[in-house]
Amino acid sequence: MSEFLRSWLVLVVFGGLAVAVVGTFLGLGSLLRPQRATEQKVMNYESGVDPQGDRWSQSNIRYYVFALMFVLFDVEVVFIFPWAARLEAYGMFGLVEMAIFIFILALGLFYAWRKRLLRWI
Amino acid sequence: MFAQAETVATPEVLWWALVPLLVLAGAAVLLLTVASLVRRLPEWLPAAWTIVAGLAVLVSVVPLWNEVQDDGARSFLAGAVGIDGSTLFVTALLAVAVVATALLSRAYLTREDLPGVELYVLLLLSAAGGVVMASANDLIVLFLGLELLSIAVYVMAALHLRRIQSQEAALKYFVLGAFASAFLLYGIALVYGATGATGLARIAGYLSTTILLEDGMLMAGFGLLLVGLGFKVAAVPFHAWAPDVYQGAPTPVVAWMAAGVKAAGFAALLRVFVLTFGSWSGEWQPAVWGLAILTVLGGSVVAVVQTDVKRMLAYSSIAHAGFLLVGVQAASDRGTAAVLTYLGVYTLLACGSFAVVTVVGGAGDDRHGIDAYRGLGARRPWLAGAFAVLLLGQAGVPFTAGFVAKFGVIAAATEGHSYALAGIAMVSAAVAAFVYLRILVALYMEDRHLEDDDEAGAVEVDPAPWGPRIVITVSVALVLVLGVVPGPLVDLAKDAVPVLVGG
Amino acid sequence: MDVTVAWYLTLGAVLFTLGAVGLLVRRNPLVMFMCVELMLNAVNLTFVSLGDALGDLGGQVSVFFVLVVAAAEVVVGLGIIVAIMRRRSGATVDDLSVLRG
Repeated sequence: MSEFLRSWLVLVVFGGLAVAVVGTFLGLGSLLRPQRATEQKVMNYESGVDPQGDRWSQSNIRYYVFALMFVLFDVEVVFIFPWAARLEAYGMFGLVEMAIFIFILALGLFYAWRKRLLRWI
Repeated sequence: MFAQAETVATPEVLWWALVPLLVLAGAAVLLLTVASLVRRLPEWLPAAWTIVAGLAVLVSVVPLWNEVQDDGARSFLAGAVGIDGSTLFVTALLAVAVVATALLSRAYLTREDLPGVELYVLLLLSAAGGVVMASANDLIVLFLGLELLSIAVYVMAALHLRRIQSQEAALKYFVLGAFASAFLLYGIALVYGATGATGLARIAGYLSTTILLEDGMLMAGFGLLLVGLGFKVAAVPFHAWAPDVYQGAPTPVVAWMAAGVKAAGFAALLRVFVLTFGSWSGEWQPAVWGLAILTVLGGSVVAVVQTDVKRMLAYSSIAHAGFLLVGVQAASDRGTAAVLTYLGVYTLLACGSFAVVTVVGGAGDDRHGIDAYRGLGARRPWLAGAFAVLLLGQAGVPFTAGFVAKFGVIAAATEGHSYALAGIAMVSAAVAAFVYLRILVALYMEDRHLEDDDEAGAVEVDPAPWGPRIVITVSVALVLVLGVVPGPLVDLAKDAVPVLVGG
Repeated sequence: MDVTVAWYLTLGAVLFTLGAVGLLVRRNPLVMFMCVELMLNAVNLTFVSLGDALGDLGGQVSVFFVLVVAAAEVVVGLGIIVAIMRRRSGATVDDLSVLRG
């Protein structure tokens, strides 16, 4: 077995142990505890509020906008990470470049805010 | 592991060469900022701002042109961006198209009662993308420019909030545009794999010095690039989106699509194929030859059976793309100059024609059937006369600029011994002339049969606001002047032949 | 068996074809967007494996740009769909047939 694989073996052993321990306790618990289900007990838990509707209820398409905005701004981080990792090497030039980049992103967010897109409907 | 203290050499930037791009992008960003800060902008401000930005770009191109003509082309930003005659020529065309579109949009948005800062912001950004494409010296930069151009146009097409056609057009354009982008990108990846570079200068250097034993990957890359760019310029068989999108999108946006997007697309085709893959022209010329034939014939023939003038103009713009491809196919300096001349003329023709369509379309933007044009010659002699000139220009009748343009590409094709292609192009020019003739007949020969009908009043064309009026007047005047004195434009185009400079 | 670069390129080509065919045959705009993403990610895979094979960083850097552009593109596309859905529900591309020649 190579050195590389051996170091992974530790991880596999730990993972196996974790699964075994959790499985044993949960299994023992389900064997030992009394099972008298009532309607209240099997109801979905929604922080103490009575659940409404089906689990597969569709959400209003307007909520998509938030997801879209998230995706848009989230992905831009792909440029910020490499820059941050080599921050010193890029020096002032990099700082100014990134400032412009982030300014334009912030402007987009600002525009969305002024367009009242960030309001939870 | 951690960042060492050594510094990365920052690329050289020729700021003066970036002025047109910075003006366009800066104007867009500033306009968006102001529009976000101020709740109610004066209605004229965004349009005026856009027009000023467009004119500023036009003015800034002049000293840059002199610089490039004196000192030759340059490349900077580590060889990723270049500036040469064709860059500036296309930049100027885009600026003209921006000004024309802004003039049309102002009238259009007022008439349709639409909020409108976004249209101008997107127009400026889209133009910035076009400038990036025209100055790209790297395939990835080209892709970025193309996406900036296209994504802005997808949104512009959807901007008419109350017309479902507008949004449908946007969706169609988007899906097919994204499809085309993926093809283009795959082509870039394969060319990168075959040559080991994405920089145009390095690819050109590699291709002209290396004999590839296994050229499958490169050929596939050529093909995919051609498909991707073919979609963007609406070449048959990748044209299916064009008529629907032209019909559905707001008319000023269509003017921009026809003039701006096409100019940028052909700038890219010239840079990538004629310039970079020039040493392998034997390999891609047959493909472009086929595309050109299909496009000129397809566009002209299908245009004949249309009843909607916007669709008719869409097919005729496809036919124009075919003529432009005829020039690209020549793969020579003469062909390139002819394509640039054609683009210049077509920018005028497209802006002018769609300005007329904007006016005739009337409130609601849906009177585009040929019926709306019947008898226009009697009711609105000036408007009809202008449209007639523009249509004759599109047909390529002598003494209009269209003749100069068509003559140029066909002469370039014959010089390249593509006699069959030149012949077919001439035949389809004749077929296309029939289309324009049909509209002309409607304009002048046919009376409206609805004279006593109640509806007759409803179809009356509103007087043109000053924006479209300026666009129509200027484009008609230039089409006529360039038809008689084509020298200046042709000379400019000859000086604008692109050059690759390694970085 | 060695996994060479050709395998990755083939996988990229297969994914790209799947995406392209999917885009042409499916009619749900959301699925069509997924197909576009599939095509773009196939290109990303191609870029990375070619960059690796050539020993050139350019291929990997290109992926950054493709990723971001793909996100922007899909956000715009979904935005257009949201705009359409606000007017009508359950849109498929076949429902969109106002524009006919």
